[in-house]
Amino acid sequence: MKGYEKSAWIRTLVFLILAGGSAAFLAPFAWMLVTSVKPLAETMTVPPRWIPSTFQWHNYRDAIQSMGYFWLYLGNSLFLCVMTVIGTVISSTLAAYGFSRIEWKGRDSIFLLLLATMMIPFPAIMVPVYGLFKSLGWIGTFKPLWVPTFLAGAFNVFLLRQFFLTLPKDTAEAARIDGCNEWQILWYTVLPFSRPVLMVVAFFQFMATWNDFLGPLIFLTEQKTFTLALGLQSFQSQQGGTAWHHLMAASTLVVLPVIVLFFFLQRTLLEGIATSGSKN
Amino acid sequence: MTRLQKRQLLTGLLFVSPWVAGFLAFSLYPFLASAYFSACDYSVLSPAVWVGPDNYLTLARDTIFWQAVWNTLFFAAVSIPLGLLMSLTLAILLNFNVPGIGIFRTIFFLPSLMPLVCLAVLWLWMLNGDVGLINAALQPILKTLNSLFSLSLTPPNWLQEPAFAKWGLIFTGLWGVGHAMVIFLAGLQDIPRHLYESAEIDGAGFWQKTWAITLPMLSPVIYFNGIMSLIGSFQVFAVPYVMTDGGDGPERSLLFLATYLYQNAFDYWNMGYACAIGLFIFILILLLTLLATKVSSRHVHYEGN
Repeated sequence: MKGYEKSAWIRTLVFLILAGGSAAFLAPFAWMLVTSVKPLAETMTVPPRWIPSTFQWHNYRDAIQSMGYFWLYLGNSLFLCVMTVIGTVISSTLAAYGFSRIEWKGRDSIFLLLLATMMIPFPAIMVPVYGLFKSLGWIGTFKPLWVPTFLAGAFNVFLLRQFFLTLPKDTAEAARIDGCNEWQILWYTVLPFSRPVLMVVAFFQFMATWNDFLGPLIFLTEQKTFTLALGLQSFQSQQGGTAWHHLMAASTLVVLPVIVLFFFLQRTLLEGIATSGSKN
Repeated sequence: MTRLQKRQLLTGLLFVSPWVAGFLAFSLYPFLASAYFSACDYSVLSPAVWVGPDNYLTLARDTIFWQAVWNTLFFAAVSIPLGLLMSLTLAILLNFNVPGIGIFRTIFFLPSLMPLVCLAVLWLWMLNGDVGLINAALQPILKTLNSLFSLSLTPPNWLQEPAFAKWGLIFTGLWGVGHAMVIFLAGLQDIPRHLYESAEIDGAGFWQKTWAITLPMLSPVIYFNGIMSLIGSFQVFAVPYVMTDGGDGPERSLLFLATYLYQNAFDYWNMGYACAIGLFIFILILLLTLLATKVSSRHVHYEGN
């Protein structure tokens, strides 16, 4: 249903509120960009200047240099994103298929257990998880940050299951009668129709890995192994809040890939987020 | 069980086995271990020693812990309703068919894509007491108020003042309500149009329609978003951690339960104590969720049942 108010002046009013609100919501982004190309002295002016006297593009190069391992951080983040996206997509698809397209005894009660695990806050279990990785000798390596994603996270399984349940069953039945096994049914009758939802799961996982702070903070020990998010925090901590033009340039570089990716996938993603809330 | 059922069971279990392994290793085991360690003196480096209820008795007398509890409850009590109000209002506005609506939807959603560390760094800058954009915007408003009512209000140094630090954090969070907003928007679009049409025939205005149709029809989504932000706000960690450079803010005003847990676990290696705090967070979330479910069951309207 689109717009339940037809009168022209209410629509004008709504438009004006949205325009004003948009300006307010965009202002922090604009401020980040403007600060990132200012000379240092101009970041400290009162009242603040929106147009810098010169556009100091080399702030970006300088920020990358003073972060030290920027390219390593980027590589680490990308490596983890690739691994976790692969792990999540494969393992969640399998688990979601098992929870939706195969009838087996006890399935739905185990699924309730899965839903219940979403209630457990990570901080409440992070000490034993840390202990577990410590005894495996994984602290300081990337393994704690990607291996678990090959063991299907509850939220993604939930999202995929909800989608798989909406797919028609007759093609799968026909394939079963023709002697296809479950792998073939998944591959030929489910996956071809699941591209959008898989994209949503992949993007969510990418975001979660790219943005994760607490995980890298506790599992990584050496500066060179840091992810971009952790590297940015450690840069901010070294700077002690002085070189704001460099900090804003570095922040921009960390946000940029997420925003670019979002614009490519926008349509699919907004629909996907919407389903995650409305289906249950 | 027939042979077919047995085979189905085995195939089903095979497919869900990645999740089962993950559940055992990263949910069930740590949860039970956390409960056990919470009754132990444990530093990860040496084996845990059973101490019974000691950690909990210490917690009960630990004034810093109670400050973290208070800060977390305050943060949740303010930011959950404000966040819901803001995301719902935005969703209602974004459900109007005005020119450029697609662009507006994208703009309001964008901030929720910010990585938490970037969000914290950017808002540290926005909320800077001397040269921050927020205070630059407040300055003229306060000036007008001062001259009108002969007051002497000055903008606060947000994150440096105990009375304002949490508000700074709350505003930062409000900027990122895009996710909840999109879920609300989808809920609004699921409301059957004929309900509004018959209300219009009866002469109902915008507010009447909002109260009588939109809010009741949307109540399951409000409940869902409410529970999600409840779970989220009791775990708030990254943004205050970055904003305070790993500390807890002026007069510990930005010390939250997850922060205190982290400090005990990884700054003091007091893992048993940290587990007790973790269990406390879990029980708090559980109780509040049950409470919310109970209270809302009278108001949440599910279509069809």
